[in-house]
Amino acid sequence: MPEAPPAAKSRKFRGRVFINWDRCKGCGFCIEFCPPKVLKFSDKFNNHGYHPPILENEPACTGCDLCGLYCPDFAIFGIREAVSAGVPAGADVPASPAAAA
Amino acid sequence: MSVSPAINPVEPFLRTERMPHIWCPGCGIGTTVNCFSRALVDSKLPLDKVAVVSGIGCTGRVAGYVKLDSFHTTHGRAIPFATGLKLANPSLNVVVYSGDGDLIAIGGNHFIHAARRNVDIKVICVNNFIYGMTGGQVAPTTPLGATATTSPYGCFEAPFNLPFLAESSGAVYVARWTAYHVRHIAHSMVEAFKKKGFAFIEILAPCPTLYQRRNKLGDGLETMRYYKQHSVIKNGASTRELKLDLKGEITVGKFVDIERPTLQDAMDQRYREVLKESYCGRGGA
Amino acid sequence: MDSAAVQAHDASGHDQAGRAGEFNLVSANPKSVLTGAHFMDGDHAACEGALAAGANFAAGYPITPSTEVVERFAARAPLVGATFLQMEDELASSIAILGAAWGGAKSFTVTSGPGFSLMMEHIGLAAMTETPCVFVNVQRGGPSTGLPTLPGQGDMMQARWGSHGDYEIIALSPNSPQECFDLMIEAFNLSERFRTPVMFMMDESVGHMTEKVVIPPADQIKIFPRRFTALPPNEYLPFDANGDGVPEMVKAGDGYRIHVTGLTHDERGYPALNWRSQQKLVSRLVGKIRGHADEITHCNEYLMEDAEVVLIAYGITSRVALAAVQKARQEGIRAGLLRPVVVWPFPEKRIRELASKAKAFVVVEMNLGQMVNEVERCAAGTKTVLIPHAGGNVHAPEEILQVIREVTQ
Ligand code: SF4
Ligand code: SF4
Ligand code: SF4
Repeated sequence: MPEAPPAAKSRKFRGRVFINWDRCKGCGFCIEFCPPKVLKFSDKFNNHGYHPPILENEPACTGCDLCGLYCPDFAIFGIREAVSAGVPAGADVPASPAAAA
Repeated sequence: MSVSPAINPVEPFLRTERMPHIWCPGCGIGTTVNCFSRALVDSKLPLDKVAVVSGIGCTGRVAGYVKLDSFHTTHGRAIPFATGLKLANPSLNVVVYSGDGDLIAIGGNHFIHAARRNVDIKVICVNNFIYGMTGGQVAPTTPLGATATTSPYGCFEAPFNLPFLAESSGAVYVARWTAYHVRHIAHSMVEAFKKKGFAFIEILAPCPTLYQRRNKLGDGLETMRYYKQHSVIKNGASTRELKLDLKGEITVGKFVDIERPTLQDAMDQRYREVLKESYCGRGGA
Repeated sequence: MDSAAVQAHDASGHDQAGRAGEFNLVSANPKSVLTGAHFMDGDHAACEGALAAGANFAAGYPITPSTEVVERFAARAPLVGATFLQMEDELASSIAILGAAWGGAKSFTVTSGPGFSLMMEHIGLAAMTETPCVFVNVQRGGPSTGLPTLPGQGDMMQARWGSHGDYEIIALSPNSPQECFDLMIEAFNLSERFRTPVMFMMDESVGHMTEKVVIPPADQIKIFPRRFTALPPNEYLPFDANGDGVPEMVKAGDGYRIHVTGLTHDERGYPALNWRSQQKLVSRLVGKIRGHADEITHCNEYLMEDAEVVLIAYGITSRVALAAVQKARQEGIRAGLLRPVVVWPFPEKRIRELASKAKAFVVVEMNLGQMVNEVERCAAGTKTVLIPHAGGNVHAPEEILQVIREVTQ
């Protein structure tokens, strides 16, 4: 069900992922279900004593936002950013990942 | 991490000043809220016209976290509150968001009657097989053999099959997913929002703190993996066949999608037929 | 018994319209008002009162002896733009009306003893969430299934204290079909004025008694409109009560994105589970009623100018008590009747005043002693005698007269 990452070279966008470090409760959902395995647990603790995810392989991120859909603590999400000049950010991106499903 | 210029898509739907929420690490309720937020975007509902009604329990706290008109009512009574709200203000899209104990045990009578009447409300039931807020008691959804604080030797009562209950009571839309099926949930919610009438979505979700741990089913993540491995999508399956066991296959999918007059439509039609021009419509007094 | 024969003095000192003070009342909607003289029972009159008051939503569950109220509403609703739904039980009815109120409706439910017991949780929710609505209880003999077709007044304390936790309530007790109409309007007005559930404590006798009921033209019926805020969403705090302790309201769908919870909450409506918030909120909820007791309290007094024996009775019992008072007067006994029309808040101040003058209070009620405890509390030592009755029938005037004679000896 999680979508396969589009071939990197054909992309007009790149994925970016944002993590709200202190909101994370370390459940690991984002890490487990990120299709290209962009994330891994940090060795560090956040303020609440959990290990949040960190980027292990950022270039592989497709911005699919599955991490955002899974995260029960609203602590992470991915977006797609346009890479070619002249294409406004998000122009070739569906309104939300659900619409892309 | 640089300061984010982008915002989490769920954020506009949250009362962020109330974060962090009370849910445990690995609890599936928050995941369903993400799906709900994406479904609201995709369905293009006017957000000022969406109202969320919850009962009591861990899932009942959803109403307090979503930045919509939201009502956190009494235990079991979200559905009749929602019924009054919808009838008094038909322009609202009323979503009941609550747990299995709340909707099906203490609220079971309201559930079947609202489905029978085909009240135009959407019911999202997060089913974690247990009472979370009160500390892990047996629920009408607890699988046979599963232990809970009040069934320490294992549950010996047959659980409800919720999609079957919903369909046989009259729901016009019935689906079941697990918290693993995030895109399907969002998609189902969009469909349910478009539907006129009583729509029901059951979402199986981990309660690692109480249900999974007590039953040695691992943490939230292991449960999500289990859902991934053991769920079989069977759209259109007979709801009779959807029984859930402590372990074993989980049938998910959309099972019912039919049309029948809503309570409001049936009411209007009947009054118009019998009273003709003396019928004044509703909401005008 | 003809209470009209004795001129009642309205101890609240002002008429209903004046009671709302500085607020702008509006006229009733003529569409819902059945202007004219009718011959109807109290249950039907209560329904007409609710319609005249602007009720446009009712939910109910059949229970004797109250069902006629909703039967009439079910018939009238589609003709006047209102909605009626018979729910699956009283739990559902009593919260459907709260949902309807937050949807913008004026709503009420109707029940009797066993159903009233089931509704208690939602009286608490309505008090906590400051939801205007009216609960009608046509009292029958209890406890339990008791006497379904016969009167009682055994739910008076339940009306006041039945839901858990601390709160204040407003309750009215009509004693005639005419009053079932008139006071129902007052009940709705008070619920809007103070954003509180109001109990309408009828009894089987009043509910099933048929008398003349005069319904005035709509423009003579004054309605307290919902206190909707004029503030924009970014300035509005849903539970911020400035001034008189009553916050302004909005309805769902108006863009305010409110949160309403039965949990202890702050001005934003957000849960605030600590003793300070509890103290602040519950004190305000109680204070907005107690602090306006003078405005809310409403008694009728009969032959009280020189009374040394003060009878206290409400509902149907007040009519029997008045007959006994008139008989006592014929015997030269200086008896009078104080009749609380609004039973909660209790007319404490008036009874304290009377306690300094009266020789004795005689409390007549169709239970084995409920409101008498309130009278005793305020009587400050003045002799207080209860004439109890377990319900099922009204007192005999003779029985009351006998007690009046005894206390004056
Ligand atoms: S958006 Fe999230 S889930 Fe998707 S690829 Fe990037 S990190 Fe992985
Ligand atoms: S899903 Fe959210 S809470 Fe769980 S590890 Fe990832 S960021 Fe943390
Ligand atoms: S107790 Fe269970 S259901 Fe409740 S928040 Fe914790 S994990 Fe979730």
